Amino acid sequence: MAVAITIVRLHNLFAVVMLSGIYSLLSAGIFVELDAVDVAFTEASVGAGITTILMLGTLALTTDTERPAARPHWAALLVVVATGALLIYGSLDLPLLGDPNAPANLHVAPRYIQDSGREIGVPNIVTSVLASYRGYDTLGEVTVIFTAGIGVMALLGRSRRRKRKEDES
Amino acid sequence: MSHHLVLRVIAKMLIPPILLFALYVQFHGDFGPGGGFQAGVIFAAGFILYGLVFGLEKLKQVMPPIVVEILVAAGVLLYAAVGVAGMLLGGTFLDYGVLAHDPVHGQHLGILLIEFGVGTTVAAVMITIFYNYAGRGRLEDGEG
Repeated sequence: MAVAITIVRLHNLFAVVMLSGIYSLLSAGIFVELDAVDVAFTEASVGAGITTILMLGTLALTTDTERPAARPHWAALLVVVATGALLIYGSLDLPLLGDPNAPANLHVAPRYIQDSGREIGVPNIVTSVLASYRGYDTLGEVTVIFTAGIGVMALLGRSRRRKRKEDES
Repeated sequence: MSHHLVLRVIAKMLIPPILLFALYVQFHGDFGPGGGFQAGVIFAAGFILYGLVFGLEKLKQVMPPIVVEILVAAGVLLYAAVGVAGMLLGGTFLDYGVLAHDPVHGQHLGILLIEFGVGTTVAAVMITIFYNYAGRGRLEDGEG
């Protein structure tokens, strides 16, 4: 929380990138605390690792100080506060963490936990759910990453090639 | 950054363990935390560290951009191919049970293959993004 507030207040973007990395690492710690080791692993490697590097690369291309806003955006603040209040209000109805009667724990989770050892034979249930039971979803996720890569190539790669062509002519 | 002796030596010492750890995460994802996504990111981080310390040109000699671009597509295609292979062998799309004589072995094989596809695409996309960001703003004469 303190890290998030500092990020908002800072104008030096280099420090902001570093603090975002720290924020990701802290979230990873929270996930470990919640026994979601796979999620924590992803957060630490993607959020704290690669994202920080790519943001630093972006800073190297642009500038590392934020242009100070002329006046505070009260409408934006209102939207953020309203959305946050709505989310907190919604979370009041959520079941308690680890509640065995929560809908998420009654739907397909018992079957995964009881049968995946026999059906898939993989000790890490997260892997068997992601790769086998929800294989189609994971294919979609990979396609999203693929599309992101293609998008970066199309947006940044082509302009580089065009510049080279202009130099040749 | 290539004139920093300490950085160069430390990076040289760190990169092999990073790549090895990525492979461990990739193929040990069945048993411990991890899998294709995390492994791909760690693998790419190793290459990006090399590129940061030794320069983009050196990295492009190790990992030509055209190879990376092929790998981007190859990972997704491997994933989808495993699904289609399941269909051809009489199952449904992405049903790994028919890949081997024993359904459990088939599941193992299928998960291993699709995680490898995931890891390939993720690593290649990350390296591609790094190439496009780092290569922008300065003109290289290498192949594109």
